[in-house]
Amino acid sequence: MTDWLELLRRTFLDFDAMWLVFPQMLGTGLKNTLIISAAATVIGLVLGMVLAIMGISRSIWLRLPARIYTDIFRGLPAILTILLIGQGFARFSQSVFGPSPYPLGILALSLIAAAYIGEIFRAGIQGVDKGQLEACRALGMSWPRAMRLVVVPQGVRRVLPALVNQFIAIVKDSSLVYFLGLLVSERELFRVGQDAAVLTGNLSPLVLAGAFYMVITVPLTHLVNYFDNRFRTGRRPTAGPTSGLKEVHEMDRDVDPLVHGENT
Amino acid sequence: MSATTTGRPSDTATYRGSSLDLVDLRMAYGSFEVIRDVSFTVPAGTTTCVIGPSGSGKSTLLRGVNRLHEPTSGDVLIAGESALEVHPDRLRQRIGMVFQHFNLFPDHTALQNVALALHKVKGVPKADALEVARERLDEVGLGPRADHRPRDLSGGQQQRVAIARALAMQPEVMLFDEVTSALDPELVKGVLRLMASLASSGMTMVVVTHEMNFARKVADQVVFMDEGEVVEAGPPARLFDQPQSRRLRAFLSEVL
Repeated sequence: MTDWLELLRRTFLDFDAMWLVFPQMLGTGLKNTLIISAAATVIGLVLGMVLAIMGISRSIWLRLPARIYTDIFRGLPAILTILLIGQGFARFSQSVFGPSPYPLGILALSLIAAAYIGEIFRAGIQGVDKGQLEACRALGMSWPRAMRLVVVPQGVRRVLPALVNQFIAIVKDSSLVYFLGLLVSERELFRVGQDAAVLTGNLSPLVLAGAFYMVITVPLTHLVNYFDNRFRTGRRPTAGPTSGLKEVHEMDRDVDPLVHGENT
Repeated sequence: MSATTTGRPSDTATYRGSSLDLVDLRMAYGSFEVIRDVSFTVPAGTTTCVIGPSGSGKSTLLRGVNRLHEPTSGDVLIAGESALEVHPDRLRQRIGMVFQHFNLFPDHTALQNVALALHKVKGVPKADALEVARERLDEVGLGPRADHRPRDLSGGQQQRVAIARALAMQPEVMLFDEVTSALDPELVKGVLRLMASLASSGMTMVVVTHEMNFARKVADQVVFMDEGEVVEAGPPARLFDQPQSRRLRAFLSEVL
């Protein structure tokens, strides 16, 4: 019985094996995972906003391409997209970025993220009360300006929790870049763990990689919940409730125009 | 009219409203015609109240005047010029509109709500726009609440901010679309008072309303609409005391 437990411990929680790979995890793996995820998120946010605006535009020639793009990149498995782009454009990438598959990995992740983020933005923007756009238009604002100044900021604010969730998904999906064959210095968390696991015949380095992912994702999940609550309940009022009777006389003047009747 | 922070509304500025003519106006939702041959004149500086049962096309008519909904035929004349021949964005700078549900920008303070279009649409420098906004807020009795966001204001206060926001653009005509319908009863009076003082200050106003007392006291002309047509129009005393048509009599017996 204790042998069996000891076997499990050595397979998954061999702290010596973990300790050996820890510096690489921190210095190479974590660094690259964060760089890949952050870059993919930033590019995904920009492309996603473009897709969202296209998706709500009144022109079918903007809506249709956005729809098709979204259907393709949401409909395919991430690994397939990453391999197709990472290998398919390798020659083109080589002439621009050199032999590393790293930029193409980021690009593939960005394109996938853009499809999801575009839908998040679109839902958020379309969820903004129609009266907001109407009030802008009634004040003489053009449609693009009304969108930029009033509607889009409100839409974005309400989807912040969904965007954090999307970032978590990107962090996890960044492990798939592994399939493109990274240079030693470019390895992200999963690849560092995987290499060490293969080398030592022990799964503990992968468990350590998992712990690193959790360190990134779990606090973010809680951040989402915090955001969500805050946005659901609204910001605290700056003043306590006041009786409606208090403002009955706010418009009182010395002369009450209602008494005068005709105004011509 | 410097900023007063006493909480008392400052005197309403004097406005120069323009005349508004509706000429054989027709409007439709798809193939469904909702406004049929509506014609009436609102002389400069006067107030016309539009009354009628729900579904009579009152709100649609207002949205035709500033072309939030494009008329299918007929014409709208502002100070004698066709509103259908200018760019809608330019037209709307000359026509203020106030909505039933206020439609204030929730992430802007009252002051920013009033100043936004003045700065961004009319290109007034920011400091000047804020100055004007402060004056307008004083007029509607909300100077002390300039820095509140809409959610920290009551419905009545929000609606007065919305009126200030429209006034800041120095419109020639103001359109009011059932602006007190969403308010708690005790808050209605403040908004109606503001509108009455605005009416007496020279603004041209078209007011769609269910407040019959307001229509009777403040309107120069009352227009009764039903099923997309003007059934009866005239001075309030005549419409309310001697209704000619069966439909207006039936309507008044339900609402008075």
